[in-house]
Formats: sequence, C-alpha cells, structure tokens
Amino acid sequence: MIRIPCPYCGPRNASEFHYIGEQRSRPDPNQTTPARWRSYLYMQSNEAGWAAEKWWHGSGCRRYLIVERHTVTNEVRAIQPSAGDPRRRLRQEAAKSEGPTVEGDPD
Amino acid sequence: MRSTVTKTESMRLGAQPGEVIDRQQRFTFTWNGREYPAYSGDTIVSALSAAGERIFSRSFKYHRPRGLLTASYLDPNCILQVGDEPNVRAAHRRVTPGMTVRSQNTWPSLRFDLKAANQTIERFLPAGFYYKTFIKPQRLWPAYESVLRRFAAGGTVSASARHGSFDKRYVHPDVLVAGGGPAGMAAALAAAEVGAQVLLVEEEHELGGHLRWGGYEELQTLDALRAEVYAASNIEVMVDSVVAGRYDGNWVSVVQRNLPYLVERLVKARTKSLVVAAGLIERPYVFEGNDTPGVMLSTAARRLINLYAVKPGERAVVFTANPEGDAAVADLQRAGVEVARVVDARQGGRIVRARGGRGVHSVDCDDGERVRCDLLVTAVGWTAPTSLLNMAGDRPVYNPSAARFFPSQLSDDVLVTGGIVGDGPLDQLIDHGRATGREAARRAAVIAGALREATPQSLEPKSTSRKSVSVPEASPELPIVEHPALFRAITHGIVDYSEDVTSKDLFGAVEEGYSSIELVKRYTTATMGPAQGKLETVNVAAVVAEATDCSIEEIGTTVWRPPYSPITLGALAGRTFAPVRFSPMQQWHESHGASPLVAGEWIRPDHYGDPAAEARNVRTNVGLIDVTPLGKFDLQGPDVPHLLNLLYVNRWSKLDVGAVRYGVMCAEDGVVFDDGVTGRLDENHYVMTATSSGADAVWEWIENWLQTERPDWEVHATPVTSAYASINVAGPKSRELLLRVTEGIDLSPHAFPYMRVRSGRIAGIDDCFMWRIGFTGELSYEIHVPAAYGMFVWERLMAAGEDLRVGPFGVEAQRILRLEKGHLIVGQDTDGLTKAHAAGLSWAIKLDKDDFSGKPELVWQDAREDYFRLVGLQPLDDSLVPAEGSQIIDVNGSIAGRITSSRMSPTLERSICLGLVAPHLAEAGTTVTVKLPDEGRIPATVMAQHAHFDPEGTRLRG
Repeated sequence: MIRIPCPYCGPRNASEFHYIGEQRSRPDPNQTTPARWRSYLYMQSNEAGWAAEKWWHGSGCRRYLIVERHTVTNEVRAIQPSAGDPRRRLRQEAAKSEGPTVEGDPD
Repeated sequence: MRSTVTKTESMRLGAQPGEVIDRQQRFTFTWNGREYPAYSGDTIVSALSAAGERIFSRSFKYHRPRGLLTASYLDPNCILQVGDEPNVRAAHRRVTPGMTVRSQNTWPSLRFDLKAANQTIERFLPAGFYYKTFIKPQRLWPAYESVLRRFAAGGTVSASARHGSFDKRYVHPDVLVAGGGPAGMAAALAAAEVGAQVLLVEEEHELGGHLRWGGYEELQTLDALRAEVYAASNIEVMVDSVVAGRYDGNWVSVVQRNLPYLVERLVKARTKSLVVAAGLIERPYVFEGNDTPGVMLSTAARRLINLYAVKPGERAVVFTANPEGDAAVADLQRAGVEVARVVDARQGGRIVRARGGRGVHSVDCDDGERVRCDLLVTAVGWTAPTSLLNMAGDRPVYNPSAARFFPSQLSDDVLVTGGIVGDGPLDQLIDHGRATGREAARRAAVIAGALREATPQSLEPKSTSRKSVSVPEASPELPIVEHPALFRAITHGIVDYSEDVTSKDLFGAVEEGYSSIELVKRYTTATMGPAQGKLETVNVAAVVAEATDCSIEEIGTTVWRPPYSPITLGALAGRTFAPVRFSPMQQWHESHGASPLVAGEWIRPDHYGDPAAEARNVRTNVGLIDVTPLGKFDLQGPDVPHLLNLLYVNRWSKLDVGAVRYGVMCAEDGVVFDDGVTGRLDENHYVMTATSSGADAVWEWIENWLQTERPDWEVHATPVTSAYASINVAGPKSRELLLRVTEGIDLSPHAFPYMRVRSGRIAGIDDCFMWRIGFTGELSYEIHVPAAYGMFVWERLMAAGEDLRVGPFGVEAQRILRLEKGHLIVGQDTDGLTKAHAAGLSWAIKLDKDDFSGKPELVWQDAREDYFRLVGLQPLDDSLVPAEGSQIIDVNGSIAGRITSSRMSPTLERSICLGLVAPHLAEAGTTVTVKLPDEGRIPATVMAQHAHFDPEGTRLRG
C-alpha cells in the first residue's frame, strides 16, 4: 500500500485517504455544453505516467490535496493543499498582529 | 474402521543428534482409519514414513500413486485431509494426539483407486484436453460437469465444521528478515546489535534452515546462533510463518500460523528495510518414473534421517551433482541404508528411468545397468526463490554456469543475503549475513530520518533539512559456484507433480504454437498448483527452451505474484470491528421493547411493538421519536448564504434570523443526493441538517466546495450530529406538551409559526434550539438538546405528557406517517439516476440562480419531457400492499417504472404508495399495472399529488 506524503500530517498510508479523481478545472456552468460538462463529470484521461490527482485526507487532517503521482511507479513528486491552505492564512494573520510568533515554532 | 492394531515403526532409527522429535511424548493418530504411532515433533508424513508407509495420495489427473518428494511444506503429493480441514500440507503439519488423517481424491481407497483408470486413457487427457473435449453436444454439459467434478482434486469441506478464530496484527519493524537460516539469523543479529527493531520470519517450525540436517559443526553453529537470536530483546521471531507478499514502500504481509487459539493471523508490516534470506529450494529431475513412490530429493532423505530419525528406504541409488548430494550418501550410509550405486553427474553419469508402480523397484542408468533398489535420491540442483524480490520489481538473471537464477537490480530498501545470492562455506555466508544486516539497519535509520523530515512539526515551513549522513559499508560478495545444468533426462517425466503436467505435454504445447512461457503455463497449467512454480518453473523454462531451441535466459520465468504461500480466507477477513453508534436514549428504547433497526452505523428503534398504533397515536395525541442520527452541521460566517445557494437547488439569500427552509441537494450531474432543513439561529449562525445516512458524505461535500472551489469564502462548518440529541415531538398535542417544559420561548402559533427556529431552555437545559417542521404532517417540533442531556429531556417529556397520552414512535411509524403525506426519502424514492425534476422537486429549483451544484444538468432536464416521474399511487384493491420494488408494467409487458415506497395507512385504512413511472403513464387518473414478486398483477391509480392525507397541510400549520 502506497504512502501519501500529506503536507500537514506527513507520510500516511493511502487507506487514510480518499481518491477523488483527476484534477480538472470546472467549466463555467452557464457557458458550457452538455458534451463538455459530461466530459468534466465522467471522462478521465487515465494515462500511464505523471498525473495530477485530487485526494482527500479523510482519516487525518481532512484537507483536499492535489497530488502529482506517477500512475505506474506510484512515486509522488509533488503534493500541495488544494486552493485554500489554512496555514498560509494563519501565518499571514500572525504576521499582521504584533503578538508572539505562532505556537509550535521550533527554537 | 477396520483394524485398530497400532502399526509398528519399522523404519524409525535410533536417536539422531539434530532430531526434532521428543521421544518422551508418544501418542497415536489415525490414517485412513488405521491407528499409527507418532512422537511429538513428527510431521504427519514423517510418522507415516516411520511406519513404512510410502503412498500418500493419488495424482490430480492420472491418479498415479504418489509418495513424498521434498518432505517439506512444498511437498506436492502430501496434501491430505485432517479432520474437517482439507488440503493440509502433511509433510509440514505436525501430528497431534488423536488426529484423524485421510487421503483425498481417491475412490474407493488409496490403495485401489478406480480413478486410476485415467491412466489407460492418458492419451486422451493431455494438457489442455478440456479445450478440445467435453464441448459438444452442449446439452451434455451437466453430465460432463458431474463426472469431471468427481475427478477434481481437493479435500472435502464440511458445512458444519466449527469456525476457528483468526485475527490481524500491524507491526512497524526497522528491519524485516525473511528466512531464518544461518544468513538470515546473522542479518537479524547484526541489525539488532546496532539498535534496529527486527522481525525475523521463518517458514519452518524452528530456525536454522539447512543447518538443521547438517553435521556436527552445522548443529553447533545452529545452536549458538539460535541462542543469540532468542536472547536479543529487539528481535521478534515468528516461526511457522511466511512472508506472503511485498508491496509498495515495503508494505509486507506475513502469514503467521501455529498460534494457540488462533488458526492463522495476518500480520501487516510496514518495514523500513527488507532482507530476503530465503535460501534455496532443491529442484526435482525430470525423467520417466520420477513420480514413483520412493523417488525423492536429497534434502528429503536428509530431513527424514536427521530431523525425524526415519530411514527412507532399505537399498538406494543416489544421483548426485553437488556436495549436498554427496552428504546425502553419507547420511544414508550412517542410517543403515545400503547405497547400491552412486551415479555422479559431475563425471558424466546419468539416470534414465525409475521403474515400479506402487514403489520404485529398480533404476536404469545410462550405461545400461539396471540397479535394484527401493529408494532413488536425486540432487540435481537448486532454485532461488526470488518471488519476493520479483514483487519488489527485480528481474532475476539466469547464470548458466551456476545453472540458476540470481537477483539483479534491487531497490534501496530491499537487500539479499545467503544462498539465494551466492554460495560459499558456512562462515562466509554468516559474514555476508552480518554485513547485510548492518547495512539494512543503516538504511532503515536513513529512511526513519527521511520520514521524520517529511512530517511537519509546526506551521512554519522547513527552512533547512538536516539529512542524516551515514556511510554504507562495503559488503563482501559471495562466490558463485559452478553447477552442472541438469533439468531433463533423455526420457520424459513429470514436470508439475500437482497438475500432472509432463515434459511431453510441454513439448506438445510448443508444437501447438504456445512458445512463450506465460502461454505454456496457462495452456498446460504447469506451475499453477500449490507450489506455485517453486518446484516447477525452472524445469518448465528448461523444457520449453529445449523444445524451442532457445536458451533459458531467452525463455525466462513467469511473473511471480503474491501470495507466496496460501492464506486462509479467515485470516484475510480477520476479526470484524464494526463501529456501532447509539443515541443517548438507547437504554430507554431497549427497556421499552424497541425492535432494533440497523441504519448504517446507527442502531435505531424500528418500533415498540405496534407501528400502526404508534402512527395513530401521533395523529391523535402526541408522539416522540428519537432522531439523533440526523446529520447536523453548525455553519458560521458571513458567507454561509453563498454556500447554501451553491449546495442547494433553492434560494437562500433571504433567510431571516429565526427562519427555517427545506433544501434539496444535487450532485453536479443533477441527481438528488440529499435533503434537509436549514435554520438561521443568528446573524452569522446557521444549523443545517442532512439525512442520517448521508451525513458523512454531506460534510465531505461541504468541505470540497469550501476548500477547492471557494477558498476565499469565510465559512466554518462543524459537524454536530452527535453533539445534539434530537427529538421530534409530533401530534396535535405537541404544543401543549412542550409548553410544560420550555422556558424563554413563546410557543404561541402567532409567535412561533411553521418553519421557524427558536433557542431557549428545555427541561431546564440551556443551549437548546427547536424548529417547527413537518415530516410527519402533524403539528410538530424538532428539539435539539446538548447530547449529554438527551436521556434526561426525553424522560422529562415522557413524564410531563402522560395525561396527554404521549408515546414513543419508531422509524417504521415515521415512515408510514411521512408516506401518508407524500414526503420523499432520498435513496428510497429516488435512485442514482433521479434528477431533481423527476422527483417532483421542480418547485424548489431556482434556475435563475447564478451557480449551484447540478444547475447545467437541471437546465437541460427542464427542457425535456422524457424522464420518469415520482407519483403517488393507490392500488384499486385497498387491502393489497405491493412489495417495494415491484415493477410497473406497460401494456406490452415492458418495464415502465416501479413502486418505491408502499405501506398500509392506519389513518386512511387503505394501501398507499409512491412510485417512479414513465412519463406517458404519469398523468393523474391513469391506471397502471403493478407486477408483484409472485408474478401476480394488480391495477393501481396514479394520484394527482404525492400526499394521500391532508394534501393542503392544514394540520402542519396550526
């Protein structure tokens, strides 16, 4: 069983995660055609090679993640939180305030 | 049972220095009804061999008599029935007092097996015969099947056999060593010395590998190593256990047998480094008569003599090509066996055939001599069991001078040591093992460091990564000794003992065009037996190479897949740990006679004895139902209305504080996947509900949108399903009851109308909220109290409403009540294809909203007419309640819908239904035909609306 290197939790067994599907951009629902929309819903390219995938760490931090995984060797070369990263926001808020640094900072 | 006279042990020898039998513990067991003696430590086959038995089974296809070949776990012809357990490896399984052992697949008996008639029609049963015969005429297939089934091998399974216990275990060693021979033990010790946590797995009943049947020096070394291993506190040893598979990232499965009270345990290990020290497996020689009882491998003879003190025969011929074969000659002589002739392959000698039916009686040699004997021992070479390495991506390479395959390219986290990777004297093997163990521990430490690095410890990103620096130790290479390439004599013989595949069959397959080894395997079934190629693959490759005039390197081997060794279904299943969720009021339900309903993970009260009476009480007086499993979400933030607009098909921008609205959720394909009500408790504070079975999926859905598509929205969603105990108080007297227990909430109809939410104190408990909704169609309030007080509030309500005739009602009664009102249940009245318009929810869909989940599909559905509709139905015969799922049939007999919900209504005293019907049948007043499960057909009328009772909803809004 492969391990996914979650950016929040570290490398964890794949059984903690839920594979959502290939990372695709959502078409504008007001401009789209049935063919384009259904391609977004159902069609995956499913290539043998590097793929950008959406995973969800359900039994861990419960964050959605974009994972770059090689579908043949299972190597993961990049992983990042999907869109909203709470760490970034918290760091920004901490930087704005004049108070002490964020808890847990190693010395 | 025939004779009960205990057989004597004609072939048992005196005490041997390395024997594993305990002569102080003697008992008996039965074999095919006869009683035999055994010692503790005997295997079934060693005990029977001691008593002079030689025939243990009949072969799979031709039913030829078979004896022992390897005297190990892999022995192909020693698979027997032990009590209720079929297919036991009798050359590995130890005897226990009173064990009943029987042969398999023989009739009427092992000695006289009528199915051996197969031998006379052998010509018509070559490999692959079932592709060419037993095909026509097709009407005889049942007859063919019953005949062929009788001839299929395998033991018998008893349906009434007692279930054993199985379980699972998870381990995380630093180093896992597969194989407990000298190199494996040395590796384990060296790794443990530098601080690694080691798991050592050995297939046999004790550590030692080939040292166990060695001479004095081997036994001394064995004792020393074994004592050190058991003394080390950081080495865990598993014997009678096999590493079954190696998966990504050194995820390794181990099948552990021989545990008290457990049949088998599946151990799942995530090890940092894996050391494969699997040794070597002796290879059989292919020649005419090579499956005759009395023909065995040199390791078999040596095991029998040295481990079990059993004399393998009286007069032997030994065909040897290596020092182990020579050692077998010495062991045989020491055991008092007359060695009539030694044929040395290194000097060019060859054997041609073994002659005999039930037992070998002579051997033909290539110089024309026919030697009389009752035992033929062969030592023609070794096979490296590289499966685990293959599973790790290695492609072994054939070395023609050593006549065996060797590992080639290993990944960083897999190492090899011992006979599998080279030869050499014992001390060299041990040195190599130690060096490998130390290196395995070093690599494990590097991997541990990398894992620590990859695990975030704070919110700050890592500035510099400190990589652990350690220098790999140069590992001494093991020499590779030359070995004659011996696979097949000049005669044809058995290549796969389990599948009865001969070298002639392999030549035949090649002739028919199957020249790739993968195709030959599948066509002939060679290597597909219990040994899974460990005894056969190399010989198959050699014979196919011969037949195709290629080299063994060109032919290659078939792909090795897990499991290396069989796993019981019980171990794969393990123990079931299914979490169960109860509401805080569960005890009350149980003590009041609730019949439990399994609803996903929840146990809910289905009814308390009479659901129709419960429903009537709700319509007449007041009832309480425990709806705690209802999915609940606390939503806070200024952007909550945006989220609600996006998730639901209806409009949410103008939901006042204190208001409640019903919402329908569709997936992006327009299919209805959940519904529920959402109330606005405060400016930026909402509570959303979902169906109890959909609660987890809805939370995931909410997070999906917030995290991936709308990260800029400020919404905090917290699941509070189990934080609140939820009670629905329903019936004309519900207001009266609640007036007695609430504080701080004006319950008058004017102040608290339908579809409103209020917070306050209930039964003295703060932080409760309640809303007026109407799933049952009666005046009703759904109250939500902090879960710890759920039981208290429930009991207070029951006590306060006694004179009002308050009573509990369960899920069944609720289903009846909601069906009377035509309220749909997502997943019951809708399915995976029901888009919102089809469910009659067009009134809720606001297509002018900018964007919501499912919008495009609903726009397109709106433009069409051809979808099935959800309608109310009433059978013409009001006493008939059609089963849910009954189909609705068109005039020409085709399916035009189905009944989705169906009950007898206590309020209307007639049957009522909801169903999905084809558009041309959906008009009110249409009569449709319902096909019942027993093939009967009844007529039913399509109603104008879903509600069968109080369609205007006057009772709700009071």
